[in-house]
Amino acid sequence: MIAFLIRRLLQSLLVMLVVALLGFTMFRYVGDPVAQMVGQDTPLEERDKLREELGLNDPVYLQFGRFIAATLRGEFGLSYSIGRPVNELLVERLPATLELSLIAALFSLVVGIPMGVYTGLYPQRWLSKVFLTVSLVGISLPTFFIGILLILLFGVTLGWLPTFGRGETVAIGGWTTGLLTASGLQSILMPAFTLGMFQLTFIMRLVRSEMLEVLRTDFIKFARARGLANRAVHFGHALKNTLVPVITITGLQVGSIVAFAIITETVFQWPGLGLLFLQAIQNVDIPIMSTYLIVVAFFFVMINLTVDLLYYVVDPRLRIHREVAGGH
Amino acid sequence: MRLKTLLLAGVLSVAMALPGQAKTLKFAFQGTVNSMDPYNLNETFTLGFLGNIYEGLIRRGPGLEIQPALAERWEVMEPTRWRFYLRKGVKFHDGRPFTADDVLFSADRVRADGSDLKTRIAQDTKVIKIDDHTVDFVTSAPNPIIHFEWASWYIMSKSWAEENNAVKPQQATGTEENFATRHANGTGPFMLVSRETGVKTTAKVNPDWWNNAAKEHNLTEVVFTPIPSDATRVAALLSGQVDMAYPIPVQDMKRIDGNGTTRMLVGPELRTIFLGMDQSRDELLYSNVKGKNPFKDKRVREAVYRAVDVDAIKKKVMRGLSTPSAMMIAPGINGSSPDFSRLEYDPQKAKALLAEAGYADGFEVSMDCPNDRYVNDEAICIAVVGMLAKVGIKVSLNAQPKAKYFQKILAPKLDTSFYLLGWTPGSFDSWNPLYNLHACYREDEGQGKFNLGGYCNPDVDALTAEILSETDAKKRGALMREVWGKTIEDIAYVPLHQQAVAWGVGSKVELKQRADNVFRWRHVKVQ
Repeated sequence: MIAFLIRRLLQSLLVMLVVALLGFTMFRYVGDPVAQMVGQDTPLEERDKLREELGLNDPVYLQFGRFIAATLRGEFGLSYSIGRPVNELLVERLPATLELSLIAALFSLVVGIPMGVYTGLYPQRWLSKVFLTVSLVGISLPTFFIGILLILLFGVTLGWLPTFGRGETVAIGGWTTGLLTASGLQSILMPAFTLGMFQLTFIMRLVRSEMLEVLRTDFIKFARARGLANRAVHFGHALKNTLVPVITITGLQVGSIVAFAIITETVFQWPGLGLLFLQAIQNVDIPIMSTYLIVVAFFFVMINLTVDLLYYVVDPRLRIHREVAGGH
Repeated sequence: MRLKTLLLAGVLSVAMALPGQAKTLKFAFQGTVNSMDPYNLNETFTLGFLGNIYEGLIRRGPGLEIQPALAERWEVMEPTRWRFYLRKGVKFHDGRPFTADDVLFSADRVRADGSDLKTRIAQDTKVIKIDDHTVDFVTSAPNPIIHFEWASWYIMSKSWAEENNAVKPQQATGTEENFATRHANGTGPFMLVSRETGVKTTAKVNPDWWNNAAKEHNLTEVVFTPIPSDATRVAALLSGQVDMAYPIPVQDMKRIDGNGTTRMLVGPELRTIFLGMDQSRDELLYSNVKGKNPFKDKRVREAVYRAVDVDAIKKKVMRGLSTPSAMMIAPGINGSSPDFSRLEYDPQKAKALLAEAGYADGFEVSMDCPNDRYVNDEAICIAVVGMLAKVGIKVSLNAQPKAKYFQKILAPKLDTSFYLLGWTPGSFDSWNPLYNLHACYREDEGQGKFNLGGYCNPDVDALTAEILSETDAKKRGALMREVWGKTIEDIAYVPLHQQAVAWGVGSKVELKQRADNVFRWRHVKVQ
């Protein structure tokens, strides 16, 4: 177990390093940060001086080395365009993104799993067909389009929900939350729905196909032969056995929810990390871009690690298997 | 009886509460203000925003006319010495009095390392304190437009900056945040309340503003939200969540105007969009013509000019929202004249000119174009490509985001043969575009820094230098006319049009639109 953990951690570290290298070198070619930092009247020698001071004239590997060293010290530098420490900016924006991702993930699980179970159990009912058709729409429409449609309908035409922003927020320590105010709750509905829609259909279809498969297996037949109640068969035995792939996928999806929140955040002007990142790209703000990438990679790695550990909890077979594998 | 009295009292209290009611203006813009430091970035929106909180010695009115602000009046003692008499009794937001020391301090700070507004005052200009409310500016050469750009040179408090360690602007390489990045202490009609970078900025009215007796606005609070996504910004305005939003994309204008609760406010902007051609290299970087540069031949430049149909661009690409221009400056810029007219659209003549220049079969060239900088910039370029194809010039288009685009075409790289660019003179005066766009490119002096095509005419340089120091307005006007005539005759550039300033405004809001796209809250009334 411990050997496995250490191995996974080392792997994660390698992944982080590669991501950092890729991101860093890629961002060197986004454009000229200096051109964005100064106005049109700034003379050339001023620009050159700035470029020199920022170390932009040094070779890429030198800049990368500096970057890694600073990252290890936990210093992400000052944003070029905003002039504030990047750490501070990220910490300010993190709650918004996490809250949105969490609500979206919860929504997709709480709605997606029952829908999947239902369509798996009763594939022929008309409600199942409605679910499947709607989910097809959910999968095929791009996120930003769903978002804009929602804004038009509920924000502009009906006027029920706010079209942008987070509403009023309450600060609890360093954490700001919009979940405690009426306007905050209203504001999160549409973005969370938009962001969770794709995951919802994904989970629903996954649960459905797994359910269909499991229901055909022998042990379900035996369970029925034993005279167990439908509820016990469906939820106690069938659903439980579908959960391993669902956990894997959901885990990975939570990572991508955080990462893909960029689009939803842009459409709804949700003040999270994604929006900050997008603004940073427009301004060629390298410190923010590279730090964001590292943070998101870190999320992914941590989530994967957690998912691996969760397997042990859910599936006893894996425990034995892994221990044997680790003993080689 | 008792009920009646109660009701009456209730009605009365409501009625009495009304005049003092909170009036909040909520508005959205596509970009954000990155720093509250007024010397950090020389950019229209940033400086325009901060101009509601900070003030300069002068200010610009709704029609861009120069008005006294922190200086009550000024006079030219001799051509190189200007005396400014400062307004008395003005206080900064935190209560410090405004004096000549603050002006001297601001003049140093704006020219210090890290400032992006160094061009506001020449490095060799001396700023001399005569008494607490009189300041002299002594220049090395006469400068009749010394104060033209000072409407966006804001005065900061010396003691405030010293106490908070913000004596110099934010350094690019600094590791510590400058206090002025998130705090503001100006003299203007509004005071900064709270600020979440890139999310929301709130300001409230300054009860002690020097001009409150003559104020136009009725606001108590202003909330600014940056919304980069066009669709979201438009939806926010349509749903009434913001009272004002800009810019509005041309395709959404009808929806906003036909809505009943919102309306469009459209006017010509001061920015001129134009095409530039490499006229300095002996061989174009991106062309199939080898050994010579077709754009060096004036006939070829004229052919390009005549092949481009600006009216079609206006109608099809800009949906009527552009003003075709014969000059490189907009009407309203000092030196602009209605006497110049565009060369007529004439593809036949263009072909003939090309044949005469030896390009009967046309030639190939590549064009650089931004796709997120000006209104419909890429669409304009695509239209130009099609129009030039008709006369035989085969253009391959390279449209990129501004971050990449500017890196490629601007000095020192000047890596372009043919490009589209826009220009607004910050001083609203002809000298700025003449010096930056038309004077021969000299890297060391900064002259012609944006003359990316390398147009060079020594007569134009000489006249431009004369314009800089000529103090007689009449003579200066004649000189400007002469030099503009020369550059137009040379076809230094192909001017296209001035794009429109497009603001979407809620029906409850009255405001004044400025042609430089600056939004001044002091002209806003909310019902």
